[in-house]
Amino acid sequence: MQCDDVTSDFGEVAAGRLLLGGDERAHVEQCLRCQADLVHYRRLLRTLRSVRTELLEPAPGLLTDVLAAVSAAGEQGAIVSVLRGRRVAYVGGIAAAATAAAAGGALVLASRSRRRVRLAS
Amino acid sequence: MSEVRSSDQVDLSALVDAARQGDHRAFDELVRQTYAETYTLAFRLVGNEEDARDVTQEAYIRAFKGLRRFRGEARFSTWMYRITANCASTHLGRRRRHRHDELFDDAPVADDAPMASPELRAEAADFNRRVKDAVDRLPPKLRAVVVLRDLYDMPHEVIAAELGISESAAKVRLHRARRQLRDDLFPIQGMEAAHAV
Repeated sequence: MQCDDVTSDFGEVAAGRLLLGGDERAHVEQCLRCQADLVHYRRLLRTLRSVRTELLEPAPGLLTDVLAAVSAAGEQGAIVSVLRGRRVAYVGGIAAAATAAAAGGALVLASRSRRRVRLAS
Repeated sequence: MSEVRSSDQVDLSALVDAARQGDHRAFDELVRQTYAETYTLAFRLVGNEEDARDVTQEAYIRAFKGLRRFRGEARFSTWMYRITANCASTHLGRRRRHRHDELFDDAPVADDAPMASPELRAEAADFNRRVKDAVDRLPPKLRAVVVLRDLYDMPHEVIAAELGISESAAKVRLHRARRQLRDDLFPIQGMEAAHAV
């Protein structure tokens, strides 16, 4: 077994997400370079995890900017929904008018045909 | 840039519930409680303050618009991490297309064991700083996966989804990022490895 066969797993091993198999472990136990490599990866991963708990302090003004942007997005959303509501109302109105016109037309046609039948008899 | 310790998770579920029902003040309070964390992740992903501000802003706008889709299965902060990662990825992609930015190359390292002496503490702090510098110097694509996986412990499939890449690509990038960090922080070891075999 060569170093290259095991070193590709060292990141996950150091992160505690992978265990070396028997052959790999046997190689690492007798290979000083791989041992040093694994130690380096462990140190690196441990430090990366510790970095997570540190918060960067945002520059002043970020909170205000974010709140303003969210507020603007909220207003925009409200306008869009109002317009969408109006659009629904327009379409509904047009549909109602068309239905009424059709019904009226049907009534007129029906009364005319009744009148023709009466005149014919 | 100065740093502050995380005040750690406050229970945000009541605020999330109120915000989902349209309470804008509750959402504003969510922003107040979490924006430093969101900004921190954004900064770590994009590597500079100006872009981090843009990404943070965009992330909260998306969160606001998509809040009704948030079912509360994950923590609000975890949900925000995903949105932030996605925004950062989009932002970096846009920046590359428009400005043809050069990707940075690798970087250096530091230490972190239980320490008694001031010398060891100083050495650990120095190693910590070198690790952060090394992460900052990674190319953005590699930096994103190492930050999301090794700092924020996100699963590969989530990272892949938010960055718009395959899971295997995410794993390959992570492997390359860690190796670059290792080589950068432990250069002699890296050179030995390069000459070996």
